[in-house]
Amino acid sequence: MQTKNIMIVGVGGQGTLLTSRILGGLTLRAGFDVKLSEVHGMAQRGGSVVTFVRYGDKVNEPIVEEGQADVLIAFEKLEALRYAHFLKKDGVLIVNDQRIDPMPVVIGAAQYPEGIIEDLEKKYKVLKIDAQKAALEIGNPRTFNIIVLGMAAKHMDFSHEDWLDVIAKTVPEKTIEVNTKAFELGYGM
Amino acid sequence: MSEKKLMLGNEAIARGAYEAGVKVSAAYPGTPSTEISENIVKYDEIYAEWSPNEKVAMEVAIGASMAGSRALVSMKHVGVNVASDPLYTVSYIGVTGGLVLVAADDPGMYSSQNEQDSRAVARAAHIPVIEPSDSSEAKEFVKFAFDLSEKYDTPVMLRTTTRLSHSQGIVELEERFEPIDIPYEKNIAKNVMMPGNAIKRHPVVEAREKQMAEDGADFPVNRIEMNDTKIGVITSGIPYQYVKEAIPNASVLKLGVVNPLPRKMIEDFAKKVDKLYIIEELDPIIEEQVKSWGIDCIGKEILTIQGEYSANMLRKAILGENNALTAPAQVPMRPPILCPGCPHRATFYALKKLGLHAAGDIGCYTLGAVVPLGVVDTTVCMGSSISTLHGMEKAGGREFIKDWVAVIGDSTFMHTGVNSLINMFYNQGTGTVLILDNSTTGMTGHQDHAATGKTLKGETVLAVDLYKLCHDGIGIENTRVVSAFDSEALTAAIKEEVAREKVSVIIVQAPCALLKSNKPKPAFRIDPDKCVRCGMCMKPGCPAITKKPDGAVAIDATLCNGCGLCEGLCKKGAIVR
Repeated sequence: MQTKNIMIVGVGGQGTLLTSRILGGLTLRAGFDVKLSEVHGMAQRGGSVVTFVRYGDKVNEPIVEEGQADVLIAFEKLEALRYAHFLKKDGVLIVNDQRIDPMPVVIGAAQYPEGIIEDLEKKYKVLKIDAQKAALEIGNPRTFNIIVLGMAAKHMDFSHEDWLDVIAKTVPEKTIEVNTKAFELGYGM
Repeated sequence: MSEKKLMLGNEAIARGAYEAGVKVSAAYPGTPSTEISENIVKYDEIYAEWSPNEKVAMEVAIGASMAGSRALVSMKHVGVNVASDPLYTVSYIGVTGGLVLVAADDPGMYSSQNEQDSRAVARAAHIPVIEPSDSSEAKEFVKFAFDLSEKYDTPVMLRTTTRLSHSQGIVELEERFEPIDIPYEKNIAKNVMMPGNAIKRHPVVEAREKQMAEDGADFPVNRIEMNDTKIGVITSGIPYQYVKEAIPNASVLKLGVVNPLPRKMIEDFAKKVDKLYIIEELDPIIEEQVKSWGIDCIGKEILTIQGEYSANMLRKAILGENNALTAPAQVPMRPPILCPGCPHRATFYALKKLGLHAAGDIGCYTLGAVVPLGVVDTTVCMGSSISTLHGMEKAGGREFIKDWVAVIGDSTFMHTGVNSLINMFYNQGTGTVLILDNSTTGMTGHQDHAATGKTLKGETVLAVDLYKLCHDGIGIENTRVVSAFDSEALTAAIKEEVAREKVSVIIVQAPCALLKSNKPKPAFRIDPDKCVRCGMCMKPGCPAITKKPDGAVAIDATLCNGCGLCEGLCKKGAIVR
């Protein structure tokens, strides 16, 4: 199998590491070679965060480069726009319809772009989701990233059963039930 | 079949230490090295500690080696500078139990103040450098490093980079090797480095290095992958992965030991290929040596000493491929910021209102340099805030620092700041030092230190009392403790101490907002009937407070941790729980 390239982008603190680790667990279980690349340290303090996951028969480079991503999962709109050019021509962008103002916008030194998702839809295959709203509906706002992941799951090579199993093994035990619910919600969208 | 696991490079290094039979591990946290110790601590067979700084950690490991056990010490690249005093000399002493230093470089400066290449330090200290290229090799190479250390009687540097340390790959777990501790033998000629002994050790160091260079072709970690001979590449570490991705048909000499270089192996390889490239991130350490032997090769002429490489970069530089890519969108930057509820924000806001400059230090609070706080004027290295402020005073006089303070975190103060404070006191400086005591090492992800009362192993111990250390220990009379969120008291204390023509210390306390033991208070919200949209609450730059397009101010309840800084700033009482 040709190497598949997944990117997860967001704002430090949104849970990109947790979701990439779920993906890592899945690929290992499916018998693929896999590499994940993460960001630790200073950028995690509310900065722009990107995680790469690559899996296939044999993976060398641990990062996904521009124009190579099969799936781009964005937990925040501005970050979707920042990294959209990493997508392949036929790549899929799953974007959470959330706006988090970066400091230059907060202090009025820059403008948060309007109509991000509409613009991206003109260039890429975009799946949009308001995961914050959906997460509130199932009663735990912190599960929004698993809902987004559920939506992205259909564009990857793992069975529904494997997803649920690996989520259960990765998230804290107390939250297995609500995270399973969150995944199913995204998967059904 | 043995168990396979996905592991971070750092986790794999920890596993390698476990399997290699390491008994003692010492470190000071620093991105990208921190997770090595955080994973080593999971193995009960290994004693592991956070030392106050890298020099101490290095010496602890040297002692463990002298006592006959295998020892690992890990640190980030700039930590190697701190540890270099013992490092250069232990190169002469050699080892009893194997001794491995993990140096984690940060090409691209994801979380560092410079981009230095630790291989250069190892070359200067005449110690071998081993460089793995993925998690699986990281584990294996640690074991090889210990064998090499004991075989050649030398400390060994295992060099990693951020991309390797923070990438996960598949690792096959193996059993722990239980080495027998080597019985202690008093050996003054080898272990006491005074001139008469050191003079006799220096030739040993030189001979050792020559021997390793000669034996290099036999090291299993140095290997040749012969393919098409039109392009030959000498590479090591993570760049090897980029080479395999970008030029899969090239012939590759993959070096596992990057110092000393296996000259004969390189000369033979060079003869077999038409065009030879040296692909190494950061400095041309391999390239300059290969060129000095009269071998024709290409390296930094087409590449750079800056940042990380990638497969695309090599495709362009070597193959001349220029893939037509979509241009990135022009979007506002999202730089890292202080977290909602961060006590440093409260401190910096107080400094800003007083119109003060701060000599800064290394930690989350370095972010006090950026807008909207913009208080920190200088940052050099760990512990430098206090000493640079002192130097400013000695150059410009009391007048120069009349509106200055030094700011330093509790962990950084314990690292090397305490030395600088002793110096300021001893040499009659009059600076004001703010120790931003958030009860942890914040930036690297919450590690304990001597003043928190917990060890790496999780034991509760007597904490070094920062007040007593400064007041009773050093003898700084004007030492006081203030809460970071008591704006009035903090402002008054800073004003008073900055005006005082004597050295003074203000310990500004409040735990890191992200500490698990620090439960967030209920979030605040804006009462729209009372809010006059004056924007006062937005001045400290809390990411939880934003202005909506219609001008209304809103607090994001999922981000707010209820610290109350903004509540205190609102004159209309519009910020309520």
